[in-house]
Amino acid sequence: MVAKRIIPCLDVKGGRTVKGINFEGLRDVGDAVELGSYYARSGADELVYLDISATREERGTFTRLVERIADEINIPFTVGGGIGSVEDAARLLDAGADKISINSAAIASPSLIDRIASRYGSQFVVVAIDARCMEDGVWRATTHGGSRPTDKELFSWAREAQERGAGEILFTSMNHDGTRSGYPCGTFARLAEVLSIPVIASGGAGSVSDIAEVLTAGRADAALAASIFHYGEITIGDLKRQLKQKNINVRI
Amino acid sequence: MIAIVDYGMGNLRSVENALRRLGADFRVTADAGAIRSADRVLLPGVGNAAEAMENLRRAGLVDVIRRLRRPVLGICVGMQVMCRHTEEGDADCIGLFDARVKRFAAAENVKVPHMGWNRIGNLESKLFKGMQDGEYVYFVHSYYPELCPDTIATAEHGVMFSAALKYENFYGTQFHPEKSGDAGEMIIGNFLRL
Repeated sequence: MVAKRIIPCLDVKGGRTVKGINFEGLRDVGDAVELGSYYARSGADELVYLDISATREERGTFTRLVERIADEINIPFTVGGGIGSVEDAARLLDAGADKISINSAAIASPSLIDRIASRYGSQFVVVAIDARCMEDGVWRATTHGGSRPTDKELFSWAREAQERGAGEILFTSMNHDGTRSGYPCGTFARLAEVLSIPVIASGGAGSVSDIAEVLTAGRADAALAASIFHYGEITIGDLKRQLKQKNINVRI
Repeated sequence: MIAIVDYGMGNLRSVENALRRLGADFRVTADAGAIRSADRVLLPGVGNAAEAMENLRRAGLVDVIRRLRRPVLGICVGMQVMCRHTEEGDADCIGLFDARVKRFAAAENVKVPHMGWNRIGNLESKLFKGMQDGEYVYFVHSYYPELCPDTIATAEHGVMFSAALKYENFYGTQFHPEKSGDAGEMIIGNFLRL
């Protein structure tokens, strides 16, 4: 059976990672390649690099960084942030990315999913959905860091993304992101039910139990996290060993 | 010299990078002469297998590949085109491996595509020298080759399927050794030493 995946997410600005502490054996925590390689050695199943650059110059730096990551890292990695066209996706594919993650641009123009997937395959396209549970109890996709709700309802949008060719859905609950209070597992389980493609859970992990719960009760195929790894609260190796003790199928 | 066959099926960069990390001398080519004279041939491939087959035909490479006598390694779709037939686009393939390629049926706990790290077992080849049953490797695919007499590794995703195949000097892996961490590098290293 395919193992549940643990995926650290690295935020990159101007070619450098912006979060993290210096782990033992790591010379420069700001070096995105070095930090990624450290996580790969610690047992990460994949890596996600998110470009949070604001300027054009910084974006150019990101493409060169993706080339260096591809040269050095021998596990799959996804890149996201600011991908708005097939050309952006093509540039990152050429630089060596295994997958790209699209978010706002897919909401603005859903056919972008079809266009990238039909050219490069579904395995290349991760659709990220930042959704918020509204007062009426309906989960809606949002943009701009969760501040702007759209008319897209989570489950139907995820289903549409799958039908348009997405290979995976990366779902972040904006109600939980940054709170470290765990994931909305019922919502994740329902997402797993309406989709046939893998779901990656993001945003909200505060403990090993949270991650264990979203991978079991929430039926997520993978868990993505940032802070708990970057600040050394738990190593990926320890997390996976603890998950294994809970009978969760992980690669060790 | 190792030839990486460039037939317009996806990005070859990760395969190139894996060979570079192993210090191997390689060339990316679609030239029949270069492929025939190579010590080793790698046939990567991402995307649609029927289209891959069509690209090989158009490039005049089907017979070139079939007649190679040195070790050949097909990866993912590069392996599927060396099978008999694929359900993807209902296409006849090169027919070196005695397997048909079928689509996974999605079910509870069986997501399609089969994406991520899975264990391989029943390892039966020098390709896996130094490795044990239960090793994890990275898969990304929606179609799989069935079990057959050429199977040299199995994996399970709703069904048991061929994770790797071998017929004479032809090898194929459904998983991506170039993305399978240290285990994958060991497999590519073993292929280079066959």
